[in-house]
Amino acid sequence: MTYQFQFGAVFARAELLIDGFLLTLQLTVLTGLIGLILGLSCAVIRTYGPRPARMAVATYVEIFRNTPFLVQLFLIFFGIPEIGKTFGLRWLPSPYMAGLAALSVNIGAYATEIIRAGLQSVHRSQVEAAESLGLTRWQVIRYVILPPALRNVYPALSSEFILLMLGTSVVSVISVEELTGTANLIQSETYRTFETYALIWVIYFALALVLKGILDAIAARFIGRQKPPPAAAGAAHA
Amino acid sequence: MRSFGLNDVWYLLIATQWTIYLTVVAFLVGGALGLWLAVVRTGGSRFGNGLALVWIRSFQNTPLLVQLFLIYYGLGLFGFRLPPFVAAAVGLICYASAFLAEIWRGCILSVPRQQWEAADALALTPWQIRWYVILPQALRIAIPPTVGFLVKLIKNSSLASVVGMTELMRAATAINNATYQPFKVFLCAAIIYFLLCFPLTMLSRRFERQLDVSTRG
Amino acid sequence: MSALAVSGVSKRFGSLQVLRDINLSLEKGQMLALIGRSGSGKSTLLRCMNGLERIDAGHITIGGHALSYAPAALRRLRQDVGIVFQAYNLFPHLTVGRNIMLAPRLVLRWPSARAEARAREVLATVGLSEKFDAYPNQLSGGQQQRVAIARSLAMAPQVMLFDEVTSALDPELTGEVLITMENLARSGMTMVLVTHEMSFARSIAHIVAFMHDGRIHEIAPAKDLFARPRTEELRRFLSSTL
Repeated sequence: MTYQFQFGAVFARAELLIDGFLLTLQLTVLTGLIGLILGLSCAVIRTYGPRPARMAVATYVEIFRNTPFLVQLFLIFFGIPEIGKTFGLRWLPSPYMAGLAALSVNIGAYATEIIRAGLQSVHRSQVEAAESLGLTRWQVIRYVILPPALRNVYPALSSEFILLMLGTSVVSVISVEELTGTANLIQSETYRTFETYALIWVIYFALALVLKGILDAIAARFIGRQKPPPAAAGAAHA
Repeated sequence: MRSFGLNDVWYLLIATQWTIYLTVVAFLVGGALGLWLAVVRTGGSRFGNGLALVWIRSFQNTPLLVQLFLIYYGLGLFGFRLPPFVAAAVGLICYASAFLAEIWRGCILSVPRQQWEAADALALTPWQIRWYVILPQALRIAIPPTVGFLVKLIKNSSLASVVGMTELMRAATAINNATYQPFKVFLCAAIIYFLLCFPLTMLSRRFERQLDVSTRG
Repeated sequence: MSALAVSGVSKRFGSLQVLRDINLSLEKGQMLALIGRSGSGKSTLLRCMNGLERIDAGHITIGGHALSYAPAALRRLRQDVGIVFQAYNLFPHLTVGRNIMLAPRLVLRWPSARAEARAREVLATVGLSEKFDAYPNQLSGGQQQRVAIARSLAMAPQVMLFDEVTSALDPELTGEVLITMENLARSGMTMVLVTHEMSFARSIAHIVAFMHDGRIHEIAPAKDLFARPRTEELRRFLSSTL
């Protein structure tokens, strides 16, 4: 038995695929930003906050890093409305909102751990120097610890961002029509299952490469300039 | 409609076996493949390195869910009727091989260059150098991130449910369809996953701390 | 009023008594050098003076402030007491100019133009005007240390503390840092330094304190202390550093 590849039927739905692609992009960027803000705040609290707050953040991070995203997604999409009902609340999140929320808290937990490692990578003597100049605790964190900390963990954060983009495909399971979700639709209408998934496989691959290119360019632009030019590096040993 | 009870918890635990089998198969087979890829990647052959890199990036830069769909539905069209377990296992094996290859490649490269030179100077063959000198040293560094990846693999095995394999996640979905008490059902599943993953996470961290101490001292 | 008064200061790290009943005072415009073997407590004493280490007993008054650990009071004290560290501790993500401008802008709330003018002024004082836009890792160790001095100086402190500032430097780079410090002393800055540079302490410092086993074992004007050591410990220490 030989199989005839027919991409025509799939390409006929290009518009649907483009919508899905754009939603994937939107989810990635939005949850990336929310996750970054969440991760930053939680990492600072986890490192410098009062003990109860530190424990709370640690619990959040461990729970979300040690359970599958799919379970978290189902708990938010199906589970929260259920317990809401028992308290008399009628809240039914749309698949999109539930997906956005689940992705954000999930990536937030990972970002917290990464940024926390960055905060710890800044040497204690930097803090002493800043405190000796009379800076407040918050100023020390904001101006002396965070910039080099974020710089140190930028590579880890950017590969986490790519994983986040790939991970958005899972929200198709609760029928969010991002790229994988639209592929599910198209293959069920056209019966061109293999062609459909092969096509989005290529699209995801290309998107991952483009995102990596952009993230590397940002690194070269904003982080690379701190590296000394070769001549000056030599001078440091002179 | 019946209510979520102890029988259902028992059923979830039975299904957890399959989560474990799936993870172990993916880890062992994917690990063997990954180790071979890592060695090829750090070897001298540019052709071999290029091929390995194409394989690795194909699975690293695309969603696991789409990989599973492609394998499950896609191969079916060519006359292979893959049972869900096999499709899921093949998908996770490929996925694990790609990530483990890159993790282990990093560990191999972190063994200082002088070690290669010293072994080379003793007239060891390239394979002897790898097997007797480099891999034992790389292994120590590799343990924490490898255990960390195992946790990731357990979590991602839940996606096998989407292609119809009955493991923990799919069992939970089935019970939810019967009871419609999603909070209890999925919370129970989450707790089981947590009990599988958290000890491994702690173990990975302990190895990491030990490594920190020994490399600093 | 003296620029620095230390009375009855003691401190322990766990079971180890590192400072025992320290008493000192220093007039405005004078330089005090703390010498002694490593582990004698001299660096700890210096770090107590701006609250980097907590004292267990006693009082310290420095630059017109009584040492207290209330955060706001400690910050006010630190505005008037500069410190320069052995490892420079410049902020690696900021240029030399921004390193110096950071505290005037954040702590003194100066507008950026004024902070920049001040940064250029103090950078000229340490002879590094052309390095304003360089990053710390583009400078030699001696240059980094002079920038660190300039960074402290920008806050116009009443007193400056120096914690073994030449110990991390290659011998040929210590000279430029010592000259910078000598100029500072001549301009009338009150200075306390922990140092291993005996000839520098001898020729520039007004008062030298020899620390031994957590105590001030001998304290005297520089000439007298080096010329006529009164105790066996100081004599042995001086002969070992020759």
